[in-house]
Amino acid sequence: MNQTIDQILAQHQHDATRLLGMLSDIQQTYRCIDDAAIEQVAQILNIPRTRVLAVVEFYNFLHRTPRGHYDILISDSITDHMLGKQAVMDYLCQRLGVKPGEVRADGVVSVDNTSCTGLCDQGPAGLINGRAMPHLTRERVDAIAELIERQVPLAAWPEEWFAIADNIHRPDLLLNEKLAAGSALRAALQRGGDATLQEIDASGLRGRGGAGFKTAMKWRFCREEPQAERYVVCNADEGEPGTFKDRVLLNRYADEVFEGMTVCGAIISAQRGFLYLRGEYAYLLPHLENVLATRRQAGLLGGNVLSTSFDFDIEIRLGAGAYICGEESALIESLEGKPGIPRNRPPYPVTHGYLGRPTVVNNVETFLAAAKIAYHGGAWFAAVGTSKSSGTKILSISGDCARPGIYEFPWGTSLRDILAACGASDVMGLQIGGPSGTFVSNHEFDRVIAFEDLATGGSFIVFDTRRDIFEIVHNFTHFFAHESCGFCTPCRVGTSLLKKQFDKIYEGHGSAGDVVELEGLGRLVKTTSHCGLGQTAANPILTTLERYPDLYDQKLKKISYEPGFDLDGSLAIARRLTQRDDAAAHLAQVED
Amino acid sequence: MAATITIDGKTIPFTAGQTIMEAATAAGVYIPHLCHAPGFTPHGSCKLCTVKVNGRNCSACTFPAMEGQQIINDSEELRHDRRMITQMLFVEGNHYCPFCEKSGNCQLQGVAYHLSMLDSHFPHFYAHRDVDASHPDVMIDHNRCIFCTLCVRASQECDGKNVFAIAGRGINKRLVINSPTGLLKDSDLDKNDKAAQICPTGAILIKRVGYQIPIGQRLYDHQTIAEISLAREAVEHE
Repeated sequence: MNQTIDQILAQHQHDATRLLGMLSDIQQTYRCIDDAAIEQVAQILNIPRTRVLAVVEFYNFLHRTPRGHYDILISDSITDHMLGKQAVMDYLCQRLGVKPGEVRADGVVSVDNTSCTGLCDQGPAGLINGRAMPHLTRERVDAIAELIERQVPLAAWPEEWFAIADNIHRPDLLLNEKLAAGSALRAALQRGGDATLQEIDASGLRGRGGAGFKTAMKWRFCREEPQAERYVVCNADEGEPGTFKDRVLLNRYADEVFEGMTVCGAIISAQRGFLYLRGEYAYLLPHLENVLATRRQAGLLGGNVLSTSFDFDIEIRLGAGAYICGEESALIESLEGKPGIPRNRPPYPVTHGYLGRPTVVNNVETFLAAAKIAYHGGAWFAAVGTSKSSGTKILSISGDCARPGIYEFPWGTSLRDILAACGASDVMGLQIGGPSGTFVSNHEFDRVIAFEDLATGGSFIVFDTRRDIFEIVHNFTHFFAHESCGFCTPCRVGTSLLKKQFDKIYEGHGSAGDVVELEGLGRLVKTTSHCGLGQTAANPILTTLERYPDLYDQKLKKISYEPGFDLDGSLAIARRLTQRDDAAAHLAQVED
Repeated sequence: MAATITIDGKTIPFTAGQTIMEAATAAGVYIPHLCHAPGFTPHGSCKLCTVKVNGRNCSACTFPAMEGQQIINDSEELRHDRRMITQMLFVEGNHYCPFCEKSGNCQLQGVAYHLSMLDSHFPHFYAHRDVDASHPDVMIDHNRCIFCTLCVRASQECDGKNVFAIAGRGINKRLVINSPTGLLKDSDLDKNDKAAQICPTGAILIKRVGYQIPIGQRLYDHQTIAEISLAREAVEHE
């Protein structure tokens, strides 16, 4: 028995719902979770070893074989690519003598790609042993490589390499003033649960994660459930490529976010709340724990909140690299220490959420807005925005613009105005709402952000006319295939088939029937998948096919049928075996 | 008045708590399925039982029957989509019916026939998967696993064991065995366990009974999967 692992499990009170946290700690200590560790965890927690194994294999940041002492992950988001990610990655690998995905033979360093790290306004970015490094350049890579070769501990590296900027360029309703800690909660408790819920209702606040469910209605449903044990969950698994607003909100407005959760807890009579923080933001943890500790000391959390009979506390749980955990039921599964696989619905989390209990799951921004509404009242919020989309939306703007960063706009603002504000010109198109959202061309800039037009969780990526649509769609389509949880057939197999089918066209092997095939497959994945991931995975393909059919046509070969693979390329093994490379050992692909 | 739903124009009664699949099966309406079996917690993953409920796609095996639902089960569009989903399962694993012992008794093959699937359509993945023949009485050919999790559920819910689980993610997911070596021989699986018997494909086979029933006299050789499924499952759903 390994005593360190014993201690880690004890620190987590042997609570199997905290399995993911235990495994992350073991990963950090031993750079892997080997079979002996899996066995020990299973035995002590008295759960099947296969359950531990399933969790280890599900999350990107957990490994069965050791990663390097310096484990570097480079963000593979399209926004990082636009800032020169590939050159940085190639140079890093060359300098360190390691290939992406591999651990160097001496075990000192490993390098890999990772899905968007939420540093799109300061990329190309990466993580080293979980710490975020923005603005990677060739010079920085040289310096990093030197420290690694000398095996200088991370703690002794220059602090400024890890400095993350907030880049708030346009504050509005939510961001232009900070609430004094406790003021919203005091207002809510004085007003009472019913009246505060009415204010939230009057504000018209809808969920900021993208789906736009009315917040007051969700809270009311949960509150009306007969079960006494209820939970509040804040979804800070901000994984949609191109979005990073929650990182900034948690860095600068954590008090307000926790206050919104506490107000929710008071209204629905919950005693516990969770902040589910994506593993990529683990470096925010010390700051967030500090804020929680301060709030406890101030009587804003814990037993008898503000000297009332209301008990409420918040626990932070970390993800470990899985985009799917942003889906609320997958997030709850992950909170329970399981692989993040979305549940069947009904039942919904408001009735059967965490541990089967009524649970409110809301986005970081929703809780921030709720706190402000509890303080200022519903009318204050409803006065801004459109009739169906009240208030403001915080956007994460990145890509080809002069001032990438955080912008808060009233709902109903046109794309044209947003582009002017961030200093974008010569724009070809925009990705609104991230890869799972919509691609909008430069003929549509009079459209507005609003639930009734372009709903968005906040990702806003600008592409100017130098950009190639196919590079963008290629990146997004590979992203979804990588992040599919694999639960349902259409998404598990379909996203990989979409990747193959798109790549065939992308690599110049497509013929006329291939676009029809791509579209049909996209439609199937969209309409038959189990959850939002599969239902939106074909959006990059479908929305660009709709807008740029001629670009796809130009990619096609002129022959009517094209094999699904490179004929000559697939003979390479045969050539090597026979040690031949003469003309007769090659097949020319037929062209007319 | 009993509560009813409508499937393809036919009025069908249901009792509170029934899924669409259960109500349909009891009324003699076949909805294709692979990951569903009566008596087990519904899973909803294969998506073969996708039906249109009031215009929206739902999995019949998990979605509750509710008064007044207008359901489409048999349409050209759904047949096409279900055929494509079945083709996906065929190209994902390595399914070679001509030399598979399960041929004729295989639900994957039976559903494919039912849906008039004539080819695999999509490019094959040719996944590298192992065979585990270590157990004295039961073998696993991972090439044929479709991740329906029926063995996982049977082991937990019927056998009171925990022999199987699904690990991995996305296209790399895999069936794993709960034993110190990961091999079937070191698990507590018995050949009489429900989990050893329930595989809808040829992934989990009992040893030494192969080909005792000749090809041509097997389950789906003379009757369609729709007929057999209704005859067997209507009883169990009651």
